[in-house]
Amino acid sequence: MSLLQTQDLDVRHGLLRAVRNVSFEVQAGDIVAFVGANGAGKSTLFRALVGAHLPTSGRVLLHGADVTGIPAHRRTRMGIALVPEGRRLFADLTVRENLALARAAGRKGPWEIDAVLEVFPNLAARIGHKAKVLSGGEQQATAIGRALMTNPDILLLDEVSLGLSPAAVDRVYESIRRLVAGNVTILLVEQDLDRALSVATRVVCMLEGRIVASGRAGELTRAEIIDAYFGSRERPVGSHDHSVGSRDRSVDSRDGSGESGDRPVNGATAG
Amino acid sequence: MSAINALLQGVLLGGYYALIACGLAFMYQVMRIINLAHGSLVVIASFAFWLLAGRWGINPFIALLAIVPAMTLIGWALERGILERSLHHGQLVPLLATFGLAVVIDNLLFLQFGADPRSLANFIGSLSYDSWELADELYVGKLAVLIFVVALVLLGGLSLFLARTPLGRAIRATSEDPDVVGLVGIDAHRINAFAAAIALGTVGVAGLFLPMRGTVTPYSGFGVLLFAFEAVEIGGPGSLWRVLAGGIVLGVAQSFGALVHPQGFLIAGHSVFLVILIARVALSRSVLGQVGARLLRWN
Repeated sequence: MSLLQTQDLDVRHGLLRAVRNVSFEVQAGDIVAFVGANGAGKSTLFRALVGAHLPTSGRVLLHGADVTGIPAHRRTRMGIALVPEGRRLFADLTVRENLALARAAGRKGPWEIDAVLEVFPNLAARIGHKAKVLSGGEQQATAIGRALMTNPDILLLDEVSLGLSPAAVDRVYESIRRLVAGNVTILLVEQDLDRALSVATRVVCMLEGRIVASGRAGELTRAEIIDAYFGSRERPVGSHDHSVGSRDRSVDSRDGSGESGDRPVNGATAG
Repeated sequence: MSAINALLQGVLLGGYYALIACGLAFMYQVMRIINLAHGSLVVIASFAFWLLAGRWGINPFIALLAIVPAMTLIGWALERGILERSLHHGQLVPLLATFGLAVVIDNLLFLQFGADPRSLANFIGSLSYDSWELADELYVGKLAVLIFVVALVLLGGLSLFLARTPLGRAIRATSEDPDVVGLVGIDAHRINAFAAAIALGTVGVAGLFLPMRGTVTPYSGFGVLLFAFEAVEIGGPGSLWRVLAGGIVLGVAQSFGALVHPQGFLIAGHSVFLVILIARVALSRSVLGQVGARLLRWN
């Protein structure tokens, strides 16, 4: 059984159809990078997955159970957590309070404040400070820690490197690698393709609300991903062809071959 | 001596204003709702105290044990029945909804009790007029001191509750970002209902002292709302203690206004409110004001 699955998911922002007939599956242990240009629908898709934005049609299944109509706070307790774009910390609460809040309201499990501080040791000295006085990197660490405190089975990270210095991004990704080693399933939205591919086991490319390419990170070529990213080879033919986990590889292209002749991309070769 | 007396009476009066403003400020800070029915709800509680004391001879302070829980239930129902629904339709709808509620409450009270003023003075013995003499020609009323102490305890208790308890943290988080609390497993609607219940609990306490200080009629709600609103606005956003500060500024202004002219009581209070409001708007547009506001937020 898939950990997370969407079936023909459609999400609207008013008149705009931000996510169109998206179907994919995520298995336990996957690290899935969602890549695509701004406005591709990645963040909206993530919000729909956690229940912060209700879809207009389609289904979201968590552990095989239909959670489509379930609100965000209940879905969080079922084991899915989002680190939203822009971090969205509770600025007037301290780091400890931000973490404790999630611990009290979320699911019970192994994640405690001490465990978060092991992953993000730089937070230890800032634990009593209000979130609004932290640096961008510290805020991002707190946001990820807050999500972890709900003890999720799946962690969704939306643009975790946005607005951070390169050194801060390095620290955040180092922490993500530690989480990966700890068997947390992660879905990642990232503009920085190389960063995303350095940790991802699978890649999903989105364009104008659709999945236009998907596959294992080591098998999709960089050219295929970039083509899908910018839409130069994009020709959506139906979302069922883009299941992550159910199929290893799928690229919509005008010649239909899905091959570009470029070298495969994985964490070691991307860049 | 008269200036010291005016200052002292003004400070004590500020405690009363803080008490009646506490629920209004709490609801605004958490739910961003200006509850225009606040004054009328205080009056409901006052009539409930008067009924229990007048008809069944229950001591008003004992009646607190029944009326405060009853008001919290009303707060919960108010949030679930009216406020939650109206919040989905922008900021104007809750204003209109609570204004309509105030009109309905006032007229229902009038229908039931008529226009006669009611007071609890007869049920609290000498507390309504007794005072302590601090110095020659300097007196403080026992009731005024009691109200000030109750306001301190209430505001202090609420501040501690918000700072130290999981529910308090959840309320603060919800007031900051109601959309994001769901992502950490918190039901914002439930938290808002708790907040409304707590706010109405404080309304119950305010309703005890309103008819002790003077009289109350079915249409007293507007006056209560006006002074509560002024105290909240003068104090400004942020900590609940600012409500006390706002109440004291308002009370002292009124007290000194009365010293200057017998009819200066109300004018002085309203004038200070207006001046502070204009100054705040002007300062918020200036660099100095923005720096000051930033410093104040970093507390």
